[in-house]
Amino acid sequence: MGQVKSLADLRKIKDDLRVKMSLRENSNNPESLVQIKVAMATCGIASGAKQVMDFFIEELEKRNIQAVVTQTGCMGYCFAEPTVEITLPGQAPVVYGYVDTKKADDIIEKYIKSGELVDGIIPVNYETIENNKEEK
Amino acid sequence: MKDLSMHILDIVQNSITADAKRIEVEITENVSSDIYRIVISDDGKGMTADFVEKVTDPYVTSRTTRKVGLGLPLLKQNAERTGGNLAITSEVGKGTVVKAEFRFGNIDRLPLGDIAGTIVLLAAANLNIRFIYKHITEKDKYCFDTKEVNEMLEGMPISEPGVIRFLKEMIKENLQEINIAG
Ligand SMILES: Nc1ncnc2c1ncn2[C@@H]1O[C@H](COP(=O)(O)OP(=O)(O)OP(=O)(O)O)[C@@H](O)[C@H]1O
Ligand SMILES: [Mg+2]
Repeated sequence: MGQVKSLADLRKIKDDLRVKMSLRENSNNPESLVQIKVAMATCGIASGAKQVMDFFIEELEKRNIQAVVTQTGCMGYCFAEPTVEITLPGQAPVVYGYVDTKKADDIIEKYIKSGELVDGIIPVNYETIENNKEEK
Repeated sequence: MKDLSMHILDIVQNSITADAKRIEVEITENVSSDIYRIVISDDGKGMTADFVEKVTDPYVTSRTTRKVGLGLPLLKQNAERTGGNLAITSEVGKGTVVKAEFRFGNIDRLPLGDIAGTIVLLAAANLNIRFIYKHITEKDKYCFDTKEVNEMLEGMPISEPGVIRFLKEMIKENLQEINIAG
């Protein structure tokens, strides 16, 4: 076993990472990326939102899909947690409920890669969610 | 909640919702005095004294999407179950401190769980918030601060997958070094 990693080691790997980043086309233009928001209030966390978020971060990288994965508070669909909001570039956001890693896999393969809708969409009036977020 | 890291993720989410720009998580393990303490402090918008007094009652919440707030009541219940307690201090405009104490050796004390992943996930998903994580054992202490990470990264975001992976491993190794309990 080597030495315990420190921030100094981060500096060493940084240049490598920078090369990888610049190879990707769109990294400077978030508008053109897939946006993923995982709801992370108590109900979401208790039903596994963290694993789902980890899964998206890891798998999107492996499958070479550029995306911005963030978290948000409650989106108001506690009954269907974990919930995930996906926004494909230039499209209206879609909220999926009961997302586990298997469903997340489906969402990546079908919806994100080819725009094909997957079961489990929560029909929403998107303005309502935005409003709720603002108030919270 | 299955483990303490999930509680931490949840309580930190409250701080994020309260517009905090600096959030600190401090865990202290003390086997000799049988205490496992988690303190989460933020510089968010705070609560009035009145509100703090009622906030561990599930029917008190400022949320508009559901009538009950569960995060703090659940943490309180899990702390008290071990013979510990939950204390909240807050000041409007200044920030909030949530302190949960557990009896270290009590069988009902939840395990810590994936704290490295939790802290890094929070840092990666909230790039404009400074996260500080301190873990103190009887052997030594470890301190992780996203301000230092960002200085090292010189403009590269923490959300970069390679950075996420590195930071998780770095935190895990350092926690092992100070012999944290499970
Ligand atoms: N760090 C904080 N700063 C300011 N206000 C807070 C903070 N933590 C909690 N509160 C207030 O206390 C209320 C109750 O918090 P709690 O976590 O118990 O439930 P919630 O966040 O409302 O809902 P849930 O956690 O179930 O998603 C919140 O709605 C908020 O008004
Ligand atoms: Mg909460």
